[in-house]
Amino acid sequence: MRLLDSLRFRIATLFQRSQINADMEEELRSHIQHRADDLERSGLDRSEAERRARIEFGGQERFKEECHEALGGNFLDTLLQDVRFGFRMLRKSPSFTAAAVLTLALAIGANAVVFGLMDALILRPLNVSQAENLYGTEYGLDPGFQSYPNYLDLRDRNHSFDDLAAFNFAFVGLDTGKDPSVATGFAATGNYFDVLRMQPYLGRFFHSSDEHGPNSAPYLVLSYAYWHSRFQDDRSVVGRAVQLNRHPFTIIGVAPPEFRGTLLFVSPDFFMPIANQEQVDGQNLLNARGNIHEVFETFGHLKPGVTPAQAVADVNAVGAYLEKTYPKEFAQKNSTLGRSGLTSFDGAVREFVTGLMLLAGLILLAACANLGGLFAARAADRSREVALRLALGSSRKRILRQLLTEAVLISLVGGTAGLMASVALLRRLSTWQPFPGAPIHLPVTPDAKIYVVALALALVSGLLFGIVPVRQVLRANPYEIVKAGSSGSVGRRMTVRDVLLVLQIAICAVLVTSSMVAVRGLVRSLHGNFGFEPRNAMLVSTNLAMAGYSNDRIPAMQKRMIAAMQAIPGVEPEGVGLVNNYPPLVYGAATRTNVFNEETRDLRPSNAAAMPYGYDVSPEYFHAAGTVLLAGRDFNWDDDEKNAPPVAVVNREFASKMFGSVTNAVGRFYKMQNGMRVQVVGVVEDGKYLSLTEGHEPAIFLPFLRSPASQSYLVVRSSRDPQQLAAAMRSQLRELDEGLPVDTATWNSRLDVVLFPSLVATMSLGVLGMMGAMLSTTGVFGMAAYSVSKRLRELGIRVALGAQRTEVLQAALGHAFKLLALGSTAGLLLGILASRVLAFVVYSATPRDPLVLAGVVLAMSLLGLLATWIPARRALSIDPLILLREE
Amino acid sequence: MTDQAQLLPGTLDLLILRAVSLGPLHGYGILLRIGQISGNALLIEQGALYPGLFRLVRQGLLKPSWGTSENNRRAKFYELTAAGHTRLREETDSWNRLATAIGSALAAQPEEV
Repeated sequence: MRLLDSLRFRIATLFQRSQINADMEEELRSHIQHRADDLERSGLDRSEAERRARIEFGGQERFKEECHEALGGNFLDTLLQDVRFGFRMLRKSPSFTAAAVLTLALAIGANAVVFGLMDALILRPLNVSQAENLYGTEYGLDPGFQSYPNYLDLRDRNHSFDDLAAFNFAFVGLDTGKDPSVATGFAATGNYFDVLRMQPYLGRFFHSSDEHGPNSAPYLVLSYAYWHSRFQDDRSVVGRAVQLNRHPFTIIGVAPPEFRGTLLFVSPDFFMPIANQEQVDGQNLLNARGNIHEVFETFGHLKPGVTPAQAVADVNAVGAYLEKTYPKEFAQKNSTLGRSGLTSFDGAVREFVTGLMLLAGLILLAACANLGGLFAARAADRSREVALRLALGSSRKRILRQLLTEAVLISLVGGTAGLMASVALLRRLSTWQPFPGAPIHLPVTPDAKIYVVALALALVSGLLFGIVPVRQVLRANPYEIVKAGSSGSVGRRMTVRDVLLVLQIAICAVLVTSSMVAVRGLVRSLHGNFGFEPRNAMLVSTNLAMAGYSNDRIPAMQKRMIAAMQAIPGVEPEGVGLVNNYPPLVYGAATRTNVFNEETRDLRPSNAAAMPYGYDVSPEYFHAAGTVLLAGRDFNWDDDEKNAPPVAVVNREFASKMFGSVTNAVGRFYKMQNGMRVQVVGVVEDGKYLSLTEGHEPAIFLPFLRSPASQSYLVVRSSRDPQQLAAAMRSQLRELDEGLPVDTATWNSRLDVVLFPSLVATMSLGVLGMMGAMLSTTGVFGMAAYSVSKRLRELGIRVALGAQRTEVLQAALGHAFKLLALGSTAGLLLGILASRVLAFVVYSATPRDPLVLAGVVLAMSLLGLLATWIPARRALSIDPLILLREE
Repeated sequence: MTDQAQLLPGTLDLLILRAVSLGPLHGYGILLRIGQISGNALLIEQGALYPGLFRLVRQGLLKPSWGTSENNRRAKFYELTAAGHTRLREETDSWNRLATAIGSALAAQPEEV
């Protein structure tokens, strides 16, 4: 309390200073008047009396100052003085100030951005109330995906959750009367908003009571962002009728602005009841227990007192029951619970953010080493000044306070600069849409936490290294230092400063190496073999359900679509293929199926011989995709007939896994989950299906018309200009059906999504590598500039004695270059070791690449040159005459 | 004037407290009162009084308030607070002990040692 009181008193005195001054002046004036009254009474005239009274009183200013001191207000006064003096000192040595501020700004900026990401992605992934006990379940065959009947069982049989909601994606065509367009939303269970304990921004939400069987709840809730962009904040949308996949729906409400759905990275445009799923997909899949793609995630609040571990056991018990009851359709895998919204990405996101934090930590470490070196050099430079001040009677406490004030000033300026840059970057990130047309974005919003963390980091690192000179000040013997002059002692060959610099350069070289490895890896993965040829291949994505096609009308329409593509000039007849759902490497949407040996009788999922990726493709698909047929034959249209014998084309990995070799496979049989025997008629090369970093994975291809799907991609191979071709394709399809939303893109551009992780990793590493390079530059610059200024006199003497330019440079900068070489080598070696880790993120990242090695060496030498350029110029321009006269 | 004694450090505060204990006074009045009660034997620089006054106010020993002086001028009057009274008593005791000790030490004769 006393401390608080005194603090309040001090602050009050600071702000009331002018008032206190006036008060004080009046009091002193009153004193002098009283004295003058007395003197007047003793016979002096008034003006003489006042003069005498003032003289007797003494130095008014001095006493006023003493009075202020007596009031205790001088702590803040001294601080202000220190700050003013600090700014003056920093202005006097601009290169030190610039280097230190830049260093801090880089480090603080990088760390603030990473903290912002961590805060957004891990600390508070969802913007909903009580998010801390909101858990998402993962169970079933594919993590995150479950069938609707399984969800119902889980909802009704568990004892751990208050209530469970579920959602899936809904890609639909939305027609508001003007411009039909594609929208992405969530098909959610009726209790979705009630489980989230949320209130609408406008209108109302749908509830469980709205659902009365299939297609009974044609209601739409818009997200705030979509309401804003598509409906221009029109409050009269509530109650408006729209067409969703040609089915009438009513807009009933708008979700609150801060709610962006229950899945990180994806912000849905709208929410609709999952009961109307048939209108999205064209067929009712809500009763298919084996269809594990109807529910993306199930989530709910844990009941009070239930721990996540208990809930996991509970969910697993339900899973065991389901496996016993439905052995053919359900394979139990241990389920886990994750923070809702992150369940599908939790691991990857955590790893990514942890990796980033590690790298940002390295940047901070490098920056600290840099600052340490800078402050130590400055302390050495200022020893004479400090000694002089000590000799003139300044207290050591006062000098330390002054040094710390300077350190804090630098921290604050550098920290603020870094923070401002990071906030700008985070703002950009939050509005960034990596994939045009897809509602995917990073939900980062810089908030007060980031400011606090960044400034705290800045102050801690600034103070830590502001203290470096303290020991020196405390030990300083003014008499000795003033006597000895500024020449200083040459001292040990390797100082603390040098060690710090080498450490810092090594860290930066690690960053530079990793960024180069990542860039090279990315370039290589763009030119790798995917098992298809994305160049000169155009993709047309259509969803017939959006135009109101039911499943029985799909095959005929798809045949017409293929024929329409073949009719385009510049497209060969065998250059058109169709694949149901998604082609390989598009949106990372590959699905696996269970495959059994021919002789297996018990077809429970756990007896599966392989789990290949499955694709349903048209004849000529392989030709259009550029996939090489290794043995056997391609599909023909007869294979698509209902009564034709079931056949498949498999890839090399599947052939060798199931049948030993490629040649063995053709003509052999395997069994599907439903017991159907399928004959292998062809073998194609291996490819990449889900991600670029995967190894050799088995895959099977089946005739597409045997399992019609409304969502499909046409693959069109042509060397025509992509834009012309796309226009031609769109007009052809418009002729077939005007209301069918069509999305065209080159296959290469569709690889963006699978390239995204390595792209982000490469970009982050690239930025951090650049930061590392800049840090090394400032570090080497500081060191070189210091060593030149310190040895100016020595260099001057050398020049006077006839030293050549090269010899001067050697003397001035040789040491700096030696340290740079040492640090770079150490960093390069470390970087090569660290890059093994990178191989997990970036496809074909290998540090044993002569180009990378050469690049790092080149980069480090370049930045060495850059950093020593100005000091070298200064060393060369030495005029010994002037210099020797000065000393 | 020349036979006035220099103040010992720290004694000004005690003198102020004592002067004010006899009734509320303004700054100039305190000087006059000290002169009066000490028989004009002490030399006090006029301005030096004020840092002392502010210090005592800050310590809560004096309470200032503006008023009108006997000369019909505005002046700041000081009066002793309860804490001021206590402090004056303590300081007086300790001064007396010190003065006695020093006095007897200086008065000691060789034969008494």
